Amino acid sequence: MESNQQIIAKGIFKSYKDVKALEDISFSIPRGELFGFIGPDGAGKTTLFRILVTLLLQDKGEINLFGLDSRRDFRKVRLMTGYMPGRFSLYQDLSVEENLTFFATIFGTTIKENYHLIRDIYSQIEPFKKRPAGKLSGGMKQKLALSCALIHKPELLVLDEPTTGVDAVSRKEFWEMLGNLKKLGITIIVSTPYMDEASLCDRVALIQDGKIMQTDTPANIVSSYSAPLYAIRSEKMHKLINDLRTFPETASAYTFGQYIHLTLTPTAKAEDVVGFLSEKNHTGLEINTISPNIEDCFMNLMVK
Amino acid sequence: MKRLRGFIIKEFYHIFRDYRTMVILFGLPVVQVLLFGFVLTNEVKDANIAVLDKSKDAETMNIINKLTSSGYFMLNAVLESEDEVEGVFQEGKVKQVVIFEENFAKTLKNEGRARIQLLADASDPNTAQTLVNYTTAVVNTYLAEKAKSEGKQLLIDVVPKMLYNPAMEASYMFVPGVIAIVLMLISSMITSISIAREKELGTMEVLLVSPLRAGQIIIGKVVPYVFLSFLIAATILLVGRFVFGVPINGPLGLLLAESLLFILLALSLGILVSTVSKTQQTAMLISLFALLLPTILLSGLIFPIENMPLLLQYISHAIPAKYFVIILKNIMIKGTGLESVWFETIVLGGITLFFILLSVLNFKKRLE
Amino acid sequence: MSEREIVIRVRNLVKKFGNFTANDNLCFDVYKGEVFGFLGANGAGKTTAIRILCGLMAPTSGEISVAGFDIYRETEKIKRHIGYMSQKFSLYEDLTVYENIRFYGGIYGLRRKEIAKRADALLVRLGFSEVRNSLIKSLPLGWKQKLAFSIAILHRPDIVFLDEPTGGVDPITRRQFWDMIYESASEGLTVFVTTHYMDEAEYCDRVSIMADGRIEALDTPLNLIKYYNASTMDEVFVKIARPVQQL
Repeated sequence: MESNQQIIAKGIFKSYKDVKALEDISFSIPRGELFGFIGPDGAGKTTLFRILVTLLLQDKGEINLFGLDSRRDFRKVRLMTGYMPGRFSLYQDLSVEENLTFFATIFGTTIKENYHLIRDIYSQIEPFKKRPAGKLSGGMKQKLALSCALIHKPELLVLDEPTTGVDAVSRKEFWEMLGNLKKLGITIIVSTPYMDEASLCDRVALIQDGKIMQTDTPANIVSSYSAPLYAIRSEKMHKLINDLRTFPETASAYTFGQYIHLTLTPTAKAEDVVGFLSEKNHTGLEINTISPNIEDCFMNLMVK
Repeated sequence: MKRLRGFIIKEFYHIFRDYRTMVILFGLPVVQVLLFGFVLTNEVKDANIAVLDKSKDAETMNIINKLTSSGYFMLNAVLESEDEVEGVFQEGKVKQVVIFEENFAKTLKNEGRARIQLLADASDPNTAQTLVNYTTAVVNTYLAEKAKSEGKQLLIDVVPKMLYNPAMEASYMFVPGVIAIVLMLISSMITSISIAREKELGTMEVLLVSPLRAGQIIIGKVVPYVFLSFLIAATILLVGRFVFGVPINGPLGLLLAESLLFILLALSLGILVSTVSKTQQTAMLISLFALLLPTILLSGLIFPIENMPLLLQYISHAIPAKYFVIILKNIMIKGTGLESVWFETIVLGGITLFFILLSVLNFKKRLE
Repeated sequence: MSEREIVIRVRNLVKKFGNFTANDNLCFDVYKGEVFGFLGANGAGKTTAIRILCGLMAPTSGEISVAGFDIYRETEKIKRHIGYMSQKFSLYEDLTVYENIRFYGGIYGLRRKEIAKRADALLVRLGFSEVRNSLIKSLPLGWKQKLAFSIAILHRPDIVFLDEPTGGVDPITRRQFWDMIYESASEGLTVFVTTHYMDEAEYCDRVSIMADGRIEALDTPLNLIKYYNASTMDEVFVKIARPVQQL
């Protein structure tokens, strides 16, 4: 693929004093993709994004964004990028409309000119356009911040944890909006600590402790999980997990909602577990083979 | 240009929305002027004085009696020669020395006119001025009584001399000082806080990735405060003029232009402070201790520079407000023009240019 | 269920801010040793309700008792019997682990010897003995949250309120955190918890879902999933919270 049609990062390193924030980060993202960085707080997502939008300089490595070098051409990169930092960076004392007008003006455009881009999102908060941004709910702030990041018609949208601290409903709506923006051909790079959001991206990178553990489509990541995975429950869940941890053939056991996800050592079989648990007087036992989700994969990679 | 205008409009929104700060910004200077004005021109009672009577005749005795019985003065020492004057002032025993010339009564009788010299400790200029005024008033009352009883118009010249602060120009010297303090406060502190606030909120991140240049961000931050500071300076001048009768003897245009120069200087200092502070709190503390306190203490506003230890006198040369106070005093009170303050103006201009350059260079276009 | 000891009793709780009703006639009980999930969309009124239960804010009307104390007259007693931990404010970053423990122990009037004893036990249990004298800011987020929880229950409260305790924590640590919650609950501690992770809602014994100031649903996760004909709590939540949000 031509270099001006993708974003390529090669061997990015970044340290703060003696803390390594990023170690050898490499990836490539074709134009028009919805790409997710999935990982917990402190994994290095924010540092990476700040380097992407030229706010920070990497210690080592290169980033090329659609043919532009992140160091040399940083002004051009800034012009074509819409960036939404982790905290919704809005002026709390300015109204919804004033915030949007301001961000339009400093990018040399007007709300009117690019209204079509933000219509679906902005129309939901437009009834409150005279309200100060500080008095909006989390979901509404998120929509306003996205509108502000979009108002100059960027080719690339960089969203740092846009759904953190936002309730499940607003999160769903937000991902629907991102889906619509993708249809307009905008490349979107988004980070999130919520593993379940991975399946909404075209491709994801699982990131932990400043390193990318795996990059692929959500489906491929899931299918690369080789060991058989069991979902298991009984009437006494807390006892169940404690018992499973004492079972010598247990490779991993993690609670997932009402179930415990269990993997076994290669030689063991599901029947062995059932036998073991029956001895421990578990009733209402239920055990099924399931396909893993991204969170299973993430934890699996973490312990490797 | 449009971008810049949008930025400035936004900045004005911030200012006007935060009405509490607005009240403080306009209220504080007025309150300060009123406080200084009324507190410092307070009545004097039982002030210690010394007398050096070279004549020792009936007239001098009468006048000394009048002075001591007026309730304003206490006779603390009677001096024998001029050599002792320095001593009593140094010991801080007296605030004023009254000197009668030789052959006082004779001269008054023969020529109808005699002379009293007053030496006042002007390190506290307001008190000094008040003492001189009271003394003159007592002497004049004495003359009026004498004229009534003797039917003879006599004249006594009361010649005051201010020691330790010869340039002192009456009690309204506090007005230029307050202008300097308030402009320093608003321009540097408020600007630095408003920039630090953007860093705290995270909006600075978005501004930095926008096509705005560092210069534009700085100008956008500065322009609204230039307006505001200017308005406030005018408010202080008006209060000074109409409440305390502080004169503006020199050219008004020059006065305003010099104020603008000082505002720019303070703003550039404010931006410099903001480039090194990450939070509003740091910005406030730095401007308070590094900018405001030296301005108050070392600019000659409260403590006359001449009375400071030598080391502090040298340091005071580095305090921009000092030059501004000199300029203001010259223009407002002495009524002189640019010809008397060109040096100070150049110094201020130079410092301003230096700090503007420094803060633009220091303003980071990245985070780190 | 009815025989179980009630530790939080809320009847007709109403809280108004001017014309805005933040809590609209809430009624519920929380039992001793229960893990009670308190869910709701942003702005549904969760924070207000928690503040009232912690005695930080007076309700407009309603009968409420927490740990057996009346919310109007005995807020000081309530504060002694509850613990609180939130994602935003937990520990002092510039103090060491032990200094934080000592500080919080001191707040609750524990004696110096007692603090030292409990601190040692706590550090051993968490496996944190090595970082005893490290500054909080040098610890990973997951450790901080575990430590914050342990400190919140250092004074052995009856009830602990956890406000989004696991936001942004990695999946393994998040589960370890819930293990701690279960363990404490099995020892009789009542846990009142809010979260945005819907799988965590399923770990709770019972869950209430608030929307628009009212409690729209309150039951065990399993019953809610059945009732709303859903497969996960996530679906339940969206079904309840979404229609209201659209208004």
